[in-house]
Amino acid sequence: MAEILTLRDAVAGLVHDGDTVAMEGFTHLIPFAAAHEVIRRGATDLTLVRMTPDLIYDQLIGAGLVRKLVFSWGGNPGIGSLHRFRDAVENGWPRPLEVEEHSHAGMANRYAAGAAGLPFAVLRGYRGTGLAACTPTVAPVTCPFTGEELAAVAAVNPDVAVVHAQQADRAGNVQFWGLTGVQKEAVLAARRSLVTVEEVVDELRPRPGAVVLPGWAVTAVAEVPGGAHPSYAAGYSVRDNAYYRDWDALSRDRAGFAAWLAEHVRGGAPR
Amino acid sequence: MTRPGTGPAWTADELMEVNAARALAGARTCFVGIGLPSTAANLARRTANPGLVLVYESGAIGARPSRLPLSIGDGELADTADAVVSVPELFNYWLQPGRIDVGFLGAAQLDRHANINTTLVRTAHGRPDLRLPGAGGAPEIAAHCGEVLVVLRHTRRGLVPALDFVTSIGHGAGPGSRTRLGLPGRGPTAVITDLGILRPAPDTAELTLTDVHPGATPAQARAATGWDLRTAPVVRTTPEPTAAELAALRALKAGGAA
Repeated sequence: MAEILTLRDAVAGLVHDGDTVAMEGFTHLIPFAAAHEVIRRGATDLTLVRMTPDLIYDQLIGAGLVRKLVFSWGGNPGIGSLHRFRDAVENGWPRPLEVEEHSHAGMANRYAAGAAGLPFAVLRGYRGTGLAACTPTVAPVTCPFTGEELAAVAAVNPDVAVVHAQQADRAGNVQFWGLTGVQKEAVLAARRSLVTVEEVVDELRPRPGAVVLPGWAVTAVAEVPGGAHPSYAAGYSVRDNAYYRDWDALSRDRAGFAAWLAEHVRGGAPR
Repeated sequence: MTRPGTGPAWTADELMEVNAARALAGARTCFVGIGLPSTAANLARRTANPGLVLVYESGAIGARPSRLPLSIGDGELADTADAVVSVPELFNYWLQPGRIDVGFLGAAQLDRHANINTTLVRTAHGRPDLRLPGAGGAPEIAAHCGEVLVVLRHTRRGLVPALDFVTSIGHGAGPGSRTRLGLPGRGPTAVITDLGILRPAPDTAELTLTDVHPGATPAQARAATGWDLRTAPVVRTTPEPTAAELAALRALKAGGAA
């Protein structure tokens, strides 16, 4: 049964140096507060997995904690580049960053295979692109029934998945709704999981289209209201688009980023 | 950028956006990338195609945003959608079997066969490659949608003789490439720029200038293309944007993202 912990204790117990970590949330429900706690704790040499690295991984990469990034689209949506990500790839700052690039369809299927306990997933993808040739976790496979050549993508099984949800109950059952992305698959694919939630309630009331994760399938739950900011939690908050816009200028140079990190993350109170 | 001497009737970007929206007339469903494609698709719902079903890779099917979303996952997309599905479901059940008529993509680099690079740009003299955002949904959108529209600004940096990386396939090496690769969709049928429209020639699948926007010339388009751009025997001029189109576009952008 999921333990209900403080964010500080949950991150300390679940995220270790050298881990492969998947923090998911497709624009919606991105677990920023948990990422900031990872930065404060200083877990390093991480392999980060995420479809859209977004600002959350730009911050972890800029903080120097990341050895490798597995992803499918690394931009600031509607704005432009992720400057810390680019600086790491192009200039090795603050450390070199190994990258493994997939398509969204490939990443989604890698999580689904991980959740299903299968070694790989099959899709009609990557055909004719340069991605397969430089990505060791994509390989051709022949359908045993039709002979069609398809793409196999290796399952991804993170050491720990971190997601944000609207609600959990006191037994650690989790419910999230709205754009639910690939979080269910990420949690079920991972060896350990941490779900931060807007609130812990006495009783979960079923919501249309919601994903429910039973408490026994989750390792830890931490109550962190606003824990998705500047992303959002439908029903609780709206996306802080101004933050995303401002990040472009703020993160463009190393000194500006370092000042932001010191003030807003390392200087921030643990929750 | 306005036409000198004629006053600010419209900008080159507005010509691109209006014509991109027009290209969606008649489509039932459109897989929408963020940025210019999203502007065009939302404009189409307000002009050429009010019934157009917008599909966003975040899982929103049939979204009807009242304002232009900043990201593909803004809350309004889910709030107004016919259906909200998980990301694996969106790609596996909705895109892969060919249920979406039109895929609308942007590009950092595009070659003469409408292949797309959004991964990296090589720089001269041993300087590091420039890292671009990457593939996202594009490789499978380009493969599986019934057809693909591409929208980008017309520059020699964008329309290049050879891609530095092939992220998404258009017409490959030319005629027959898509069939050989087993790509079910028809691939790119039009590339809409701020100067005009390029379409693959039926016999060579090479992008050819078929239309210029009012005020632009084929010579301008050729000069802004990194390969020797062929032009159709008769290059048409796209109709001037109507007052209704411009009003809808400007309202959409002014409402903007929150």
